[in-house]
Amino acid sequence: MALLKVTNLKVWFHTRNGVVKAVDDVSFSVDAGQTLGIVGESGSGKSVCCYSLVDLIPKPPGKIEGGTALFNGEDLLTCSAQRMGEIRGNDIAVIFQDPMTCLNPYLTVGEQLIEPLLYHRGIKRPEARLQAIDILNEVGITNPERRFNSYPHELSGGMRQRVMIAMALIAEPKLIICDEPTTALDVTIQAQILKLLRELQQKRQVAVIFITHDLAVVSEVANDVLVMKNGKVVERGTTAELFANPKEEYTQKLIAAIPSGVKPLTESVPKATPLLEVNHLRTWFRDYSVGLFSSAALKLERNIKAVDDVSLTIQRREILGVVGESGSGKSTLGRAILGLAPRTAGQIIYDGQDITQYSARQMKPLRRKMQMIFQDPYASLNPRMTIFETLAEPLLVHGLANRKTVTAQVLELMDDVGLARAYIRKYPHEFSGGQRQRIAIGRAIATKPEFIVADEPVSALDVTIQAQILDLILELVNKHNLTMMFISHDLGVVRYIADRVLVLHRGKVEEQGITEELWAAPQADYTKKLLGAIPRFANAGM
Amino acid sequence: MVAIITNTDEVLASAEQGTSLWSDAWVRLRRNHLALAGLGILIFLAIVSLLTPWIAPYGYEAQNLALGATPPSWQHWFGTDIFGRDLLTRVMYGGRMSLMVGFVATGVALVIGVLWGTVAGYAGGRVDAVMMRLVDILYALPFMIFIILLMVVFGRSILLLFLAIGAVEWLTMARIVRGQVQNLRRQEFIEAAYSLGLSRWRIVRKHLIPNTLGPVIVYTTLTIPSVMLLEAFLSFLGLGVQPPESSWGLLINNGVETMEEYPWLLIFPGLALSITLFSLNFLGDGLRDALDPRTSKD
Repeated sequence: MALLKVTNLKVWFHTRNGVVKAVDDVSFSVDAGQTLGIVGESGSGKSVCCYSLVDLIPKPPGKIEGGTALFNGEDLLTCSAQRMGEIRGNDIAVIFQDPMTCLNPYLTVGEQLIEPLLYHRGIKRPEARLQAIDILNEVGITNPERRFNSYPHELSGGMRQRVMIAMALIAEPKLIICDEPTTALDVTIQAQILKLLRELQQKRQVAVIFITHDLAVVSEVANDVLVMKNGKVVERGTTAELFANPKEEYTQKLIAAIPSGVKPLTESVPKATPLLEVNHLRTWFRDYSVGLFSSAALKLERNIKAVDDVSLTIQRREILGVVGESGSGKSTLGRAILGLAPRTAGQIIYDGQDITQYSARQMKPLRRKMQMIFQDPYASLNPRMTIFETLAEPLLVHGLANRKTVTAQVLELMDDVGLARAYIRKYPHEFSGGQRQRIAIGRAIATKPEFIVADEPVSALDVTIQAQILDLILELVNKHNLTMMFISHDLGVVRYIADRVLVLHRGKVEEQGITEELWAAPQADYTKKLLGAIPRFANAGM
Repeated sequence: MVAIITNTDEVLASAEQGTSLWSDAWVRLRRNHLALAGLGILIFLAIVSLLTPWIAPYGYEAQNLALGATPPSWQHWFGTDIFGRDLLTRVMYGGRMSLMVGFVATGVALVIGVLWGTVAGYAGGRVDAVMMRLVDILYALPFMIFIILLMVVFGRSILLLFLAIGAVEWLTMARIVRGQVQNLRRQEFIEAAYSLGLSRWRIVRKHLIPNTLGPVIVYTTLTIPSVMLLEAFLSFLGLGVQPPESSWGLLINNGVETMEEYPWLLIFPGLALSITLFSLNFLGDGLRDALDPRTSKD
């Protein structure tokens, strides 16, 4: 008998603008020791579906309109609030996406771990502490006695996610719901966490529901897969079957959207004058925890070396991919080149001019030629400016348009980035993530720049949207003869878009080379580790 | 297809008229009936105040000692005070004073505070430290001593009253705005604006200030009443408005003393002040929503 059997679940949200059928007639079941992957893009209802089982959706506006969810023979949808509290504390655990925000910053890790034991189980504190240390050890945290007394901010992202898993496991649940548990993590950490989850599951024979938008991850962990779109189940099947032979068009589209394959080499680029040359660039930040009166040597040593002695060149019409994990300094590098982050030492030569010491005024004509696309399309647009204002601003500021011609030029830009002209008066919040990123790209190319730094421009987007935006970027690069520095943590994306790749680790260049050569024969150990950590379809149906 | 084209043409036409936060805000505000009512009442009060010298039924110092305090009647709609002065007239003249103090002093506080806070928050570092320490020093200065000093040096005048109140009220505003701006500054759209080559002044004006408006408006609607009451307090100390001139604060103060015998002396000025404050709050809430494009358009 299945541990959890959901039949015809319907969850609707009654909003001012009408009813949103977030989950519409969804059925599935999970057995003990099995993993069910639920895949879908944002807004597909995959999270709502699972949260409604444990009563974690806001009600109102949410309402469960029908269906049953039998957990060990007990219907989760009709049980009392008190019983639900017991189930949540003992039988079903949830691991959330963002380990940065899911831990209380004012309590030590240990205190948060033993809370359920103290209050649900009535276990005494010393004994609870021992159990907690055991479980920290089990999830692979080194030196658990010391970590028990650490505060969340003292742990890295991967460690925090381990703590979250420990919190989920400590009550010895029968079912764990993982909501994108590795999305916020680097690939190498992601690989570790996925391995850990698999091991723990086999050891403890728990059932897992694994929610994710990442098909590759699902293919690594799940036995069965459910593909959701707009609240409905599109396709279901065992992992091996589904990935080998997707029946529905949407599933095929999802799989096809994963950036794979290589960019054909652009026709031979004249090697003569690189557009951008960076020599021994350093960006160091002072560590303010060092006392004011410490020796200068100590201060120097304790500086945070975000970018440490990086040299690179970018030829005209080339896309240089910069890869690295979080904290590798890849964003700081891009910002330092554009003068958005300080430069401690080094030299930046743009188009033959040494711009390292340029003042803001000297930079202004260059700003037109050097632009940036930011990661988060939700934060990079002024929420109080319409699309028209956002796109018109760079044109007007640089004198590329006057009041009369600006509307026509903005419309042309919107055509360029594939936004319908009728949207011109709308505000950013009225758009989806992909559309916003189109606006941000439009703003970056408005001044007809030569060089663009794209800082993780697709990592906040769904796979299908990601593919569209990548193709848009490639199209614009060809159309406008752009040179680009493309920063990303996603190796698949970089391989798809970049001509050459530079691998950054702790502020230093580990390796650089032509994309395909680097993929085929990575030289540095770090690059090998990084490439090895990418989840692949090859492992499907493990 | 045709429909789309006409739609685009309309959009173009309106785009050429100039789209801005403020014109959109006005469209949204017009849909909020409560806020509109508040705005209507405030405009009405402002007009009455402006025209008071011509439309007031009696002179503001016309006494009729024989009459004494009488309850509301057809001759005196709001009744009369113990000196036989017409209360309606006094409330009207008082409104002139209170509204002027409220709006002018708050306006001064608003302009200085928002600019100061934005510049400090955006510049950061040493500039921020110096500017905010100055605010701290002014905060620490005992308000009463400051006012009394001003009065001693410059003599008593209404202008000075505005100045004194404005000089104190902008401090809090500056702090609020600075906090807001510090959060905003780290957002990518500010960085994007900078990398577009925009001047700092334009970033402050177009990108920072509009995004601080929410809390600023709420705080402004809180400041106006507190300024009106501060004026009453100063007047009570003999530093502000002196009888026979009046203000709502003064009238309420006087009314409280005789609340049991002549309740109308408290009720009418109190009512006038309350209605103003209510209107301000409704208008403030409406403005805050209207200026935030994220609140739904329809």
